[in-house]
Amino acid sequence: MRFVNRQPGHGGRWLLALLPLILILAAYATGSALRLADNPEDKLLPSATQMAEAIDRMAFTQDERTGDYLLWTDTAASLVRLGLGLGIAALAGLCLGIAAGTFPLLRAPLSPLLTLLSMVPPVAILPILFIVFGLDELSKVMLIVIGITPVLARDLEQRAREIPREVLVKAQTLGANSWTLVLRVVLPQLLSRLLVSLRLMLGSAWLFLICAEAISATSGLGYRIFLVRRYMAMDVILPYVVWITLLAWGSDYLLRRLNQWCFPWSMGEKA
Amino acid sequence: MFSRQLLSALVIGLAGLISPGAHAAPKTQFNVCWTIYAGWMPWEYAGAQGIVDKWAKKYGITIKVTQINDYVESINQYTAGQFDGCTMTNMDALTIPAAGGVDSTALVPGSYSNGNDGIVLKGKGKTLKDLKGQNVHLVQFSVSHYLLARGLDQAGLRERDVKVVNTSDADIAGAFATPKVTAAVTWNPQLATIAATPGAVKVFDSSQVPGEIIDLMVVNTATLKDNPALGKALTGAWFEVMALMKAGNVPALTHMAKASGTTLADYQSQLKTTALMFTPAEAVTFVTSPKLAETMKRVSKFSFDKNLLGEGAKSADAIGVAFPGGAVNGNAKNTKLRFDDTYLRLAADGKL
Repeated sequence: MRFVNRQPGHGGRWLLALLPLILILAAYATGSALRLADNPEDKLLPSATQMAEAIDRMAFTQDERTGDYLLWTDTAASLVRLGLGLGIAALAGLCLGIAAGTFPLLRAPLSPLLTLLSMVPPVAILPILFIVFGLDELSKVMLIVIGITPVLARDLEQRAREIPREVLVKAQTLGANSWTLVLRVVLPQLLSRLLVSLRLMLGSAWLFLICAEAISATSGLGYRIFLVRRYMAMDVILPYVVWITLLAWGSDYLLRRLNQWCFPWSMGEKA
Repeated sequence: MFSRQLLSALVIGLAGLISPGAHAAPKTQFNVCWTIYAGWMPWEYAGAQGIVDKWAKKYGITIKVTQINDYVESINQYTAGQFDGCTMTNMDALTIPAAGGVDSTALVPGSYSNGNDGIVLKGKGKTLKDLKGQNVHLVQFSVSHYLLARGLDQAGLRERDVKVVNTSDADIAGAFATPKVTAAVTWNPQLATIAATPGAVKVFDSSQVPGEIIDLMVVNTATLKDNPALGKALTGAWFEVMALMKAGNVPALTHMAKASGTTLADYQSQLKTTALMFTPAEAVTFVTSPKLAETMKRVSKFSFDKNLLGEGAKSADAIGVAFPGGAVNGNAKNTKLRFDDTYLRLAADGKL
């Protein structure tokens, strides 16, 4: 049989999905064992036991100085910032997207501006951001907001413009004014898309969050990573990266379920 | 089976990619790295002007001098075995490579900070005591943190009297321009920028603890032991540039100023607060003085208090620091940082 026509069986699919992960873990374990055999104090590729000890220390042992369980305080601090940033960005993106996508008079000024703004790399203008928003929580949230709002708004604008003209005309012949048109026709269609866009932007949001925490902070997942990087504590950094990945994956999953639950029609045949 | 072969081939291949590269053996090619700082610009000059090449050739080796943009990253790269030598401070040499089990030798003590690191507070007439209760912005666990600890000591305060906010060195000047940031600790050139802020006062600087923040060229001890040529070539090249700097050679200083992104006048003012050891004899006196052991004891204690000596460290003495003549601070069986005067003496005696 030609390669192109061969299908993995049910078990085979699992095996093939796990294989790359197993390979990466095996390569890591080999490299780690080799380096540790060479120098037992090596910090670059810590062993599983060293990482387990670090997790125990960060997550289940009180910090001597502050009495906090560091992993959990860091996680809480980061999730609050991320949640606020995503929430504000979602709201702003939705309003801007609807405005630019539905009303030609608003589209004329908004659309080119959003296109332009979405091209500005927020990290490059950080010094301006923290002179405007200060160095504390606000600037960290704002970096996420500024980073993802224009992109969200552009995506939603595009979706709003894809709503068939006939639907809008029909709603108007049934007596809808601009306001009810937005509320009853455009908004319901865009809310589902908003959740999908948010899922796609999660990666960028985490990136901005970690950038902001690297610059100035007293807690947070990104703060901890950049702090212990100072003395190359990879035994802390690697578990933190895995934890961030799990959190990101979890929030992606929650958004997907939320979309399924609120807007089952958006899934098409898959629901 | 094909898949099994594939699997083993992949594992071996991947493992090969990340296998250790720090094995010491007689070799002829060496890599050293440096980062931008007033006291390390001579390495840039020596590399760019072929002075390192000249000395390496004399001993039949080649040395590649690489600039790394990120200071901590350069030390991490050295610790991971990518470089045979790297510029760093005494405290970072203890907490990064030495605590990471990489036996390192401080080959050339080039200079010490004599005002290059400082604590700045906003507000007319502020003094060190006004640190109490402030949010202090600095790079946590760096020499700035150490300087803060020394400053607090002198003011009769403790670290719990302030709140430390980790702020990256690249952004601290911008951060200090915001109204809410009222206290910062950093090093030059950022220090000069923030100290020049209207209404800001430098309340403490490293000239009040001279000789405690030392700028070193650190090399892998095993590599150096197997290849004395590396030590000779680097030491020779360094003091050739030092002679130029002592003589105030304007083209050389201009070159270094440009390479560090500043003007000659500005670079010269940075050098005023950098105590360079111009001659091998000065460097020998510095590393053989009993004060160095005292300083390192203090640095070990600070590092232990901040958990920087590694989780296995039971006390500030966990890592041995050796000095010329064989004296060791701390656990001699775990000596990982060595101050060595062998090559400095060769240079002083004109035997390089």
